[in-house]
Amino acid sequence: MNLYIILAIVLGVILVYFWLTYNSLVTAKVRISEALSHIDVQLKRRTDLIPNLIETVKGYAKHEKELLENVTKARTSLMQAHTTKDKAEANNELSGTLKSLFAVAESYPQLKANENFAKLQDELTDTEDKIAYSRQFLNSNVLSYNTKLSVFPSNIIGNMFGFKPAEFFAATESERQPVKVSF
Amino acid sequence: MNIYNAVGSNKRKTIFIMLLFVLFITTLGFVYGKASGGLAPSYAIIAFIFAIVSSVGSFYFSDKLVLATANAQEIKEADNPELFRIVENLTIADGLPMPKIYISKDPSPNAFATGRDPKHAVVCCTTGILERLNKTELEGVIAHELSHVKNYDIRVMAIVAILVGFVAILADMFMRSLWFRNSDDNDNRGNGIFLILGIVFAILSPLIATLIQLAISRKREFLADASGALLTRYPEGLASALEKISSDPRPTRTATAATAHLYIVNPFKGKEAGAWLSSLFNTHPPIEERIKILREM
Repeated sequence: MNLYIILAIVLGVILVYFWLTYNSLVTAKVRISEALSHIDVQLKRRTDLIPNLIETVKGYAKHEKELLENVTKARTSLMQAHTTKDKAEANNELSGTLKSLFAVAESYPQLKANENFAKLQDELTDTEDKIAYSRQFLNSNVLSYNTKLSVFPSNIIGNMFGFKPAEFFAATESERQPVKVSF
Repeated sequence: MNIYNAVGSNKRKTIFIMLLFVLFITTLGFVYGKASGGLAPSYAIIAFIFAIVSSVGSFYFSDKLVLATANAQEIKEADNPELFRIVENLTIADGLPMPKIYISKDPSPNAFATGRDPKHAVVCCTTGILERLNKTELEGVIAHELSHVKNYDIRVMAIVAILVGFVAILADMFMRSLWFRNSDDNDNRGNGIFLILGIVFAILSPLIATLIQLAISRKREFLADASGALLTRYPEGLASALEKISSDPRPTRTATAATAHLYIVNPFKGKEAGAWLSSLFNTHPPIEERIKILREM
């Protein structure tokens, strides 16, 4: 009789644990997709700003054709990206081309003096900051979710219900590499 | 202590403080009724109703009271786009809803956060802090305040500001009147009541002090510093902000003894005017220690 009661209690505890862990995994997954949609909002804002920027730059710096084409290309590939990995790559590509575009703009005083250009540059910088912050939020959520999926005993439940580890939104190449100083 | 059990413990603390307040005020009503020769239970019931109403009221409106005492005004995005952008970016990184932003006109640099949960949160900066700090330093300060929001520290701190502050002011009032009454013995009966109340408070005030220390442990400032630094990934920003704030000799005039513990840096700057009441609320860890820990991160 006593044995049955103990068994029932143990079983109950295990069931409650399953229930709580399953729910926490689902919550973590929802949080990740929410964080991803935050990033998408910022990426969308960025791609919307770029045609405007290109029009403005064209008016002052006609010779930078190749550079402008690169920006357009990077923008298109970002718009076509669907997986987190592709998005991260395309976004990094776009960041790189934009950086060189703004660097080139330094040598066109009239372009720099253009109010519209200054505003666009400011907004794009802000969007880039916001992408970085949303990425930070996403990655910290992915980290805790993936950790839950791989540590014992929650990994058992993760495997049982087919939870897959989530992808990180990778940082740009230049951010990952150590700073090089050359003389 | 991580953020998840910090949230739970802060929610429990809030309820505990509210219950203690109701109990205390009811007892006080009973003692007053007995001493003045009236019907003690009816005094107790009136005090009980009053305590319930004021503690539930301060749960919902303490942030408004705190902001009113700080003489702070809400600002819109157009008033200070840079500040809005900093707060917006950090809330994105922390996954918090956007808080309201208030500015209090005070040349002394300081900041605090209040509200009852992240959905009803307010971050308040003085005009002094906006003038003196650069962007990375301000980011450090805002990240620190947002950690208070996320931890539900703001809930406990606002409740403490109103309820415990109220009790402390009552205690101060009775203690003072006790000293004054000693010199004139015309009204014997009134004297007796105040004597009893005075003794009750004299016994209780160290208890109140302990309670505040318990509720607003110094650890929470360190925890907010640490999680703020985790958010900005740049502890030096907050460290140099703290250095700048503490090097400014002007005390924050819009702070009171009851709201002092809300601020990022002790607003009195060691120049306490109101004797034991403010030392009671002196819950800030030494700033040098905070800077040292941030620099070692």
